[in-house]
Amino acid sequence: MSTATIGSPSDRSARSPTIAGSASNRADHVKFLIFAAAVLTMPIWLSPVGAAYPDLVQKFAIYGIFAIGFNILFGLTGYLSFGHAAFLGVGSYAAVWSFKLLTMNIVPAMLFGVLAGGVFALLIGYVSLRRSGIYFSILTLAFAQMSYNLAYSVLTPITNGETGLQLAHGDPRVLDGPAGAGLPSTNLFGVETVGYSGFYVCAVALILAYYLALRITRSPFGMTLRAIKSNQNRMNYTGFNTRPYTLAAFVISGMYAGLAGSLMAVVDPLAGAERMQWTASGEVVLMTILGGSGTLLGPVLGAGIIKYFENIFSAFNDQVLSRMFDFLPAGLGDLMVDLVQPFVGDGWHLTLGVLFMLIVIFLPGGVMEGVSRVAGRLRRVRSDRTG
Amino acid sequence: MTIFDRTVNRRRLLQGGAAVTAGLAAPNLLIRGAWAEEFRNNPGNAKSVKFGFNVPQTGAYADEGADELRAYQLAVKHLNGEGDGGMMNTLKPSSLKGNGVLGKKVEYVTGDTQTKSDAARASAKRMIEKDGVIMFSGGSSSGVAVAVQSLAQEMGVVFMCGLTHSNDTTGKDRKRYGFRHFFNAYMSGAALGPVLKEEMGTDRKAYHLTADYTWGWTQEESIKNTTEGLGWQTVKAVRTPLGAGDFSQYITPVLNSGADVLILNHYGKDMVNSLTQAVQFGLRDKQVNGKNFEIVVPLYSRLMAQGAGENVNGILGTTNWHWSLSDEGSQAFVKSFGQEYGFPPSQAAHTCYVQALLYANACEMAGTFYPPEVIKALEGFEFDGMGNGPTLYRAEDHQCFKKVLVVRGNDKPTNQFDLLKVVKEVPREAVTYDHTTLRRRARPLQGLSRPRRVPGRAVRSFGPAAPAGVRRTH
Amino acid sequence: MDAVVLQALNGLDKGGAYALIALGLTLIFGTLGVVNFAHGALFMLGAFCAVTMQKLLTLSQKVEDTSVTFFKAYKEVPYLEIWFGDTGAALIDFAVPLAIVLTIPVMLVVGLVMERGLIQYFYKRSHAEQILVTFGLAIVIQEIIKSAFGANPIPTPAPEAVAGSADIGAWLGVGQGLIYPYWRLIYLAFSLAIIAAVFAFLRFTTFGMVVRAGMQDRETVGLLGIDVQRRFTIVFGIAAVVAGLAGMMYTPILPPDYHMGMDFLVLSFVVVVVGGMGSLEGAVLAGFLLGILQSFASMNEVKAIIPGIDQIIVYLVAVVVLQVRPRGLFGRRGVMEG
Repeated sequence: MSTATIGSPSDRSARSPTIAGSASNRADHVKFLIFAAAVLTMPIWLSPVGAAYPDLVQKFAIYGIFAIGFNILFGLTGYLSFGHAAFLGVGSYAAVWSFKLLTMNIVPAMLFGVLAGGVFALLIGYVSLRRSGIYFSILTLAFAQMSYNLAYSVLTPITNGETGLQLAHGDPRVLDGPAGAGLPSTNLFGVETVGYSGFYVCAVALILAYYLALRITRSPFGMTLRAIKSNQNRMNYTGFNTRPYTLAAFVISGMYAGLAGSLMAVVDPLAGAERMQWTASGEVVLMTILGGSGTLLGPVLGAGIIKYFENIFSAFNDQVLSRMFDFLPAGLGDLMVDLVQPFVGDGWHLTLGVLFMLIVIFLPGGVMEGVSRVAGRLRRVRSDRTG
Repeated sequence: MTIFDRTVNRRRLLQGGAAVTAGLAAPNLLIRGAWAEEFRNNPGNAKSVKFGFNVPQTGAYADEGADELRAYQLAVKHLNGEGDGGMMNTLKPSSLKGNGVLGKKVEYVTGDTQTKSDAARASAKRMIEKDGVIMFSGGSSSGVAVAVQSLAQEMGVVFMCGLTHSNDTTGKDRKRYGFRHFFNAYMSGAALGPVLKEEMGTDRKAYHLTADYTWGWTQEESIKNTTEGLGWQTVKAVRTPLGAGDFSQYITPVLNSGADVLILNHYGKDMVNSLTQAVQFGLRDKQVNGKNFEIVVPLYSRLMAQGAGENVNGILGTTNWHWSLSDEGSQAFVKSFGQEYGFPPSQAAHTCYVQALLYANACEMAGTFYPPEVIKALEGFEFDGMGNGPTLYRAEDHQCFKKVLVVRGNDKPTNQFDLLKVVKEVPREAVTYDHTTLRRRARPLQGLSRPRRVPGRAVRSFGPAAPAGVRRTH
Repeated sequence: MDAVVLQALNGLDKGGAYALIALGLTLIFGTLGVVNFAHGALFMLGAFCAVTMQKLLTLSQKVEDTSVTFFKAYKEVPYLEIWFGDTGAALIDFAVPLAIVLTIPVMLVVGLVMERGLIQYFYKRSHAEQILVTFGLAIVIQEIIKSAFGANPIPTPAPEAVAGSADIGAWLGVGQGLIYPYWRLIYLAFSLAIIAAVFAFLRFTTFGMVVRAGMQDRETVGLLGIDVQRRFTIVFGIAAVVAGLAGMMYTPILPPDYHMGMDFLVLSFVVVVVGGMGSLEGAVLAGFLLGILQSFASMNEVKAIIPGIDQIIVYLVAVVVLQVRPRGLFGRRGVMEG
């Protein structure tokens, strides 16, 4: 029962991203460009599946950033944090306070969000990273729960508790001058950032975040992190101090979470404590695993899948279902409705749970592994045919 | 990137224009020209119009949410002319015709607020942005209502509050696009005061346990004001986290605090738990200061009484409405709801049903879905036959004023639903207050986020007739 | 003084529940090396065994309720009352304690099925994956319960006879004011009894001896020709039963809902870690210790000095313990010392 068990899972991710090399360098760039194009055109190609509306595409981008950041820690170093939502929440609060006190311009809000996430991660990471494995998970969980509970109780002057921190009329906003009649909306140097323009802010942030993650993964620093994952003990025995590296990864991923949190405030200037609850931390774990931890694209996919489920599936009610199965004969249609009903509407968590278990059991590399398996099989079939 | 929506709205506007020409044969549609204006989710000449019902399907208030949804479904049925019509037949004055709203069949979408502000806003946004609802309604938590209401304002879509009891919903945090039929904590205090005085006298020591969010704060404050006005002392007010589950650690200190009344500012699951545990700790059998120890639950509901079982026997509180009322409207509604589902509606169901009908009625009155006109129709609307006697939708704060019920947990129920007994129907005049009083009071929140009180500004924030739906078409 | 005693009792009660869950977690971890995030869900399942028992006993005939005049309503009259009159009513009254006959077999089966059907495939996989798959399982169990029983808490009262509270002050002759609910006292006694039973089982039976030996050195015991695996599977079943009983008896204290397991899970993990991974004694003692600390922290006097301490005390203790003594208070040297 060695300590490094968590740090050294049967390293599946090592298969997927290739280690830096000039050949893969070009492939990386091509992939990156495709990714960027796909992200920016989301409102178009998502409309057939009913997901092309501002709130949801914003969520895709924001949680994509969150998951990419989480993956820098978990995917690369193998440290499983169960408290990442705390950084997201702190980022949100920082951003809303920036809106309240300084200006509705989103640039300072985002900077403060990232900064707050980073500083908070530094504090928590410094303490938590003294332990590894399950102890690390429990420590992060404990810190996140403390933040959450405090945000709900004694910190209400800062967080406004259950009601959530919101803009108000009396806010000073010293850089903006007096507000007009209604509440001002967030803007980027005068351009309102709500609705689709808010999405494009998030999308650009996601693309940059992705690019940065790509560079990190391919850098010697990324190599070191993966080495820590595969065998931290050996690293330590060779006299290599791993802690500065893990701490850096932790802080970077905390900054990603802070950025995601501040973007949540950008598109909707409100911050609630429930963003910090441990189940919210669990959600980002689900996203990353579902998509494929250790891969670059996986976490974004996972985030998209879960948010899609949450928003689309939970809205299915009897009415929608019976319309869906209209084409069937009456008896069969009713049966289908009865069968499907527990899994949609308020039962969508059940679908999520089942899906997640299936992934962990059969496809530990997540959707990405599934894709590469299928692709591999196709390639084999093709080469069989040609050969 | 407002272009996206602009174009959509332009197209909708064109459709609206087409409807003008097509609708010439239907003169009642042309009473006001305003409806052809550009506004979000204008149904134009579509055959149907969509409502959004955003209720808690999970979380501490899930059962209330389920009942709200039942009521909405019933309301939609009635609006579309199906079923027995329920309170459509008793609403006076009524412009409802039973053929949908403004001739358009009503459809609906549902969402889960999860009793969380974040989730509720996301779900509401989906309804507005994706499903194109013209109005949305629901909620069982004031935190959620306040958060969602400001979204309604931003989006220019009318929000008809469901169950929300915080003073702030139509006080400090009121919004032009938000309307509340439900009563509030201030009214609970005003209604409860005389009964408390009669039953427990003027020399009492109260101990509050309060759910730690906007609703709990305002209720604690309102009840405190009332009881202190009676001459009671407040020994202590302790805030408990929402959904604490085990309240024993908060209840034990009550035992030796010298207090002789425990006031539980809890709702839903919290109330069921805290009350059950307070009774387990023998509070109700206790004698303090030579008096029987009493428990008061200012906001009560039949669903909660069901949850807490026998523990509610004899406990006082207030409620917005109860199914046992014998007026025509209530009876019609209970009959309709009971036939549909086999049990009577809760107060949450009632307020939601009424809200849906009132909105539809306002559209008929305005002759348009154009929000500023609908808002005008609702403001100052005086009606009867919805179960609470003559009711006014006050224009200044969009709060309904009507009878409030003081109820007591029934120790001799005559049937399984007879869990609360109406002690007193407090008339509307007794619970009416000036709309500036709640607005100006200091917030329970101390420190940083206390709004600066600039005279005049606060009122202006609510009042401007800026039709947000027109101005902000992102 | 009374207040202190009462808070201590509160803490012991809560601690009893923590200790029982943590005991099961530790048993599973010690034998199978599996971190079971679904253990809270087992606690919740136990609670719903009590609910099911109550539902079974109150299986009812629908009788038209003539007292409701507005619409056709039906009243449910339990068959037990129809058939046996007062005896039937008394049986219904004792639904929670009677649920024990349901909880033990159900939880045993659930535990065995869970171990054979899922957990056994995860022995060799990383702790992270064990956490993840059991976390998923917990969500699934929880959602199934929700769709079966609804989302709101279901009242499951204690029997009438013990519904009130005990005047401990009078018993001990220390005067008035020391009142404590009977059921909570029963819960405390019950949890102590279960803990004692588990320890006795492990210490004084051959089965227990083999299990303990297997926990120390699985391979050697296996080489002796003993089927350790089968025994460990049964241990998993026992852990499930312990969690289930803890949940079942807790229902009169806290009306169960589908989510209660998650709330207890997080705290129980903290308890396990504070007690020391793999130490049964540690799990039990830490359970009670943290329960008491939590209660004391929520006293108004304490909160006046350190506001908010009641919200974080358990986690704070966990952080401190893990920093200064990573193997937990009672953990053996070298076990999961990270």
